[in-house]
Amino acid sequence: MATGCSGGKVRGLLAALALALASGCATTSGGDPRDPLEGFNRSMYGFNEAFDETIGRPVASAYKRIIPDPVRGWVRNFFANIDDLFIGVNNLLQGKVGDTVTDWARFAFNTTIGLAGINDVASEMGLEKHNEDFGQTFGRWGAGDGPYLVWPLIGSSNVRDSAGLVLDSYFDPVRRHEPSGVRTLAVVLRATSKRADLLDASRILEEAALDKYVFQRDAYLQRRRGLIHDGNPPRGPSSRLTEEPRAEAEAGSTKQ
Amino acid sequence: MAAVCFAVQAQDVTPPDVLVKNVTLEVIDIIRKDKDLQNDRRKVIALIETKVVPHFNFTSMTASAVGAAWSKATPEQKTRLTEEFRTLMVRTYASSIAAYKDQKFDFRPLRAKPTDTDVTVNVRVLQQGAESVKLDYDMEKTARGWKVWDVRIADISLTANYRTEFANIMRASGIEGLVNALHSKNAGLERAQPAASADKKK
Repeated sequence: MATGCSGGKVRGLLAALALALASGCATTSGGDPRDPLEGFNRSMYGFNEAFDETIGRPVASAYKRIIPDPVRGWVRNFFANIDDLFIGVNNLLQGKVGDTVTDWARFAFNTTIGLAGINDVASEMGLEKHNEDFGQTFGRWGAGDGPYLVWPLIGSSNVRDSAGLVLDSYFDPVRRHEPSGVRTLAVVLRATSKRADLLDASRILEEAALDKYVFQRDAYLQRRRGLIHDGNPPRGPSSRLTEEPRAEAEAGSTKQ
Repeated sequence: MAAVCFAVQAQDVTPPDVLVKNVTLEVIDIIRKDKDLQNDRRKVIALIETKVVPHFNFTSMTASAVGAAWSKATPEQKTRLTEEFRTLMVRTYASSIAAYKDQKFDFRPLRAKPTDTDVTVNVRVLQQGAESVKLDYDMEKTARGWKVWDVRIADISLTANYRTEFANIMRASGIEGLVNALHSKNAGLERAQPAASADKKK
């Protein structure tokens, strides 16, 4: 979930990573065909949880507490505006030229009238924000999910989305920025802003899930499926199962 | 709002999209106005019990989450499963609505024929600096009005998301094991939350 870390913390993280790898590999349960590397993934998940608990969440909470709401909005918009560039590229690669025009018009208006992107004036003008990345483009081109993967600090992914992520971060204007001091600061600020926006969601997840790992994995897979199909995924596993449970359910509900 | 309640009681069927809009706006409005309510989870839960729960078919939801094993459950197990899952859903709903009470909603017009008995009501939660979040309610027409049987948040179906978790638990310890797991989950939340909200008030 959180991305990027800097300097002195790295060695400690590597040690924790090695520990997580050594401890968790044997615990495979369920044998879900979508997740053949569950043992590895669970240990990565454990590492990410530990990282989030000690660094991610406290930093994000402090950020939310200290920085006033409008300023956090500027930060969020600033990075979201930069994202629109490659959202447009990915829409183009998927043949959605109209969406690309919207994305780049958003970038043009927000960068100028929106003062370097800190104000999302394009949304107020009715130019809708999209969500695209290279993983979705590959999915649109017909690539399957591949096995589910959990990466340290990045979190949920799969083989296809990991390949996408390599391109996403290669072309990421923030990661290409020079000098490196500003770049590091920007990467950390962006990660903090994103984590802060997820504080409520992660608390709700905590409450809702019986097995957080499974819940988060299934949510990721469903979410990506939805994104690849731009919100109109073919109704598969998420639709109602068979006629039988439904008939039972109706019988049950009329009794009450 | 009283008119809506009356309409439902009178079996005069409120269209599903109107129902979702009215209930959402009413509940959000009450939470926004009542500062006391914002610090008291028990009151939020009570509000949801009276305003929201009547429009959900939890038996249907539970059946969908449990999946194929539902047909093997005894009537008594079905009742207990539904009761526990309902408690968990109400709590999750309470947390969500409290967290998102300041967001703006876009209620999309229903795309369905008047004769349809199974529809999806589309809502968008508008956010700053991010694409809007889809909130879809799968609803079925029953003798007692339209009832929700699944909620999809950003294309994540709640019932489908519980299915693997439930299947894993049932594989290890059967339907009884699932009832117990849900029960202890709810008991754990019950212990943690009212205490926390009481602390905040003092």
